[in-house]
Amino acid sequence: MSDVAERVKKIVVEHLGVEEAKVTDTASFIDDLGADSLDTVELVMAFEEEFGCEIPDDAAEKILTVKDAIEFIESHSG
Amino acid sequence: MPTSAALLEGKKGLVLGVANDRSIAWGIAKAAHENGARMAFTYQGDALLKRIKPLIDTLGEGNVLMPCDVTSDADMDAVFASLKEQWGTIDFVVHAVAFSDKEQLKGHYKDTTRDNFRQTMDISVFSFTDVARRASAIMNDGGSMITLTYYGAERVMPHYNVMGVAKAALEASVRYLAADLGERGIRVNAISAGPIKTLAAMGIGDFRHILKWNEFNSPLQRNVSIDDVGGSGLYLLSDLSKGVTGEVHHVDSGYHTVGMLNMNSVAEVADLLASIKKE
Repeated sequence: MSDVAERVKKIVVEHLGVEEAKVTDTASFIDDLGADSLDTVELVMAFEEEFGCEIPDDAAEKILTVKDAIEFIESHSG
Repeated sequence: MPTSAALLEGKKGLVLGVANDRSIAWGIAKAAHENGARMAFTYQGDALLKRIKPLIDTLGEGNVLMPCDVTSDADMDAVFASLKEQWGTIDFVVHAVAFSDKEQLKGHYKDTTRDNFRQTMDISVFSFTDVARRASAIMNDGGSMITLTYYGAERVMPHYNVMGVAKAALEASVRYLAADLGERGIRVNAISAGPIKTLAAMGIGDFRHILKWNEFNSPLQRNVSIDDVGGSGLYLLSDLSKGVTGEVHHVDSGYHTVGMLNMNSVAEVADLLASIKKE
C-alpha cells in the first residue's frame, strides 16, 4: 500500500470511527462507511490538512470513495 | 475592572451555532469557558448533535445541550422555557447561525430565488432578532449579545451573493437591537471575522481563493483563527467592552482597511492569480 493510501485510510478510520478492515479502496464514504454529508466535507478538509494540498470544489464533489481520494491526492501533491 | 483570569465568572450564556471544533462559535465558547462562563449550546438535528456532544463534554458539568431549529417557534419557545427553568436568568448570547442554498453561493447574486432569499433571511437574519427579543426577557441588565458577520456585507465578495445581503441586514439589525435594549444596559454587537476554514465556509464557491487573498493582502499578512475571534468575542461578552454597543468589530487581520493589494505580497498574489486563471 502506498504511503498516501495508508495515510488516507488512517484519516478515514479516525474520522468516521469505522474498522480498518472496512476501509477498502472501493468503499464509498456514504454508502459503505456510514458518512453523512457533513462527514464528506470534513474528510476533504482533513485530507487538505494532512497533505498540504488544495481540493477545489468541483474535485471535492467527485471524491466519493477511498480510491477517489487516494488518486486525487497522488496526482496533486509533491 | 475584573481580573483577566475570570472575565465571565458566574455568567451564563446561550450559544447557537457550534457545528464542530472548527466553528467560530466554538472559539468564542472556549474563551468564555476558560473565563468562568457556563453555557447552553443548541444544535439542529442528530448530525450536529453527534459532532458537538463530545466537545461540550470536554467543558465539564454545568453546561447543557438543547435541540433547536431557529425557524421553529416551538423549538425557540422550548429553549427559552428551559433556560428560564434551569437558570432563571442569562447574561450573554452568542449567535452564529446562517444558512443558504449552497447552489446559490456560487455564480451571480441576481440568480437568487425567492424561496432561498426568504430562507436565507429567516435563518441568517431574523433568527438573531428573535433570539434577542426572547433572550432580553430573561437577561440580566448589563448583558451582552453578539452575532457573526462578514465583510461581504459591506463590499462585494465573489460567490458570497445572498449571504452578503443577509449579513448587511444582520448588521443593521445589530444597530436597531442595540437601540432597543440599551436602556437596560444590554449591549448588542457583531464580529466581522475574516475568512476561516469552517464547515459552513466550505459551502461558499472558491472559498480557498478568498482565504489566500486575505492572507496575502491583509496588513497582518495572515488569516485569523477561531481563537483570535474567541479573544475578541470574550471582550465583547465581558464588561471590558461595557461602553460598546451597536458596533461591527472587524477581526480580520485588518483586511477591511486596505485599498489595494499588499505590495509585500506581489509575488504570492501573482502566483495565486495565475493559478485561478488556469482553472
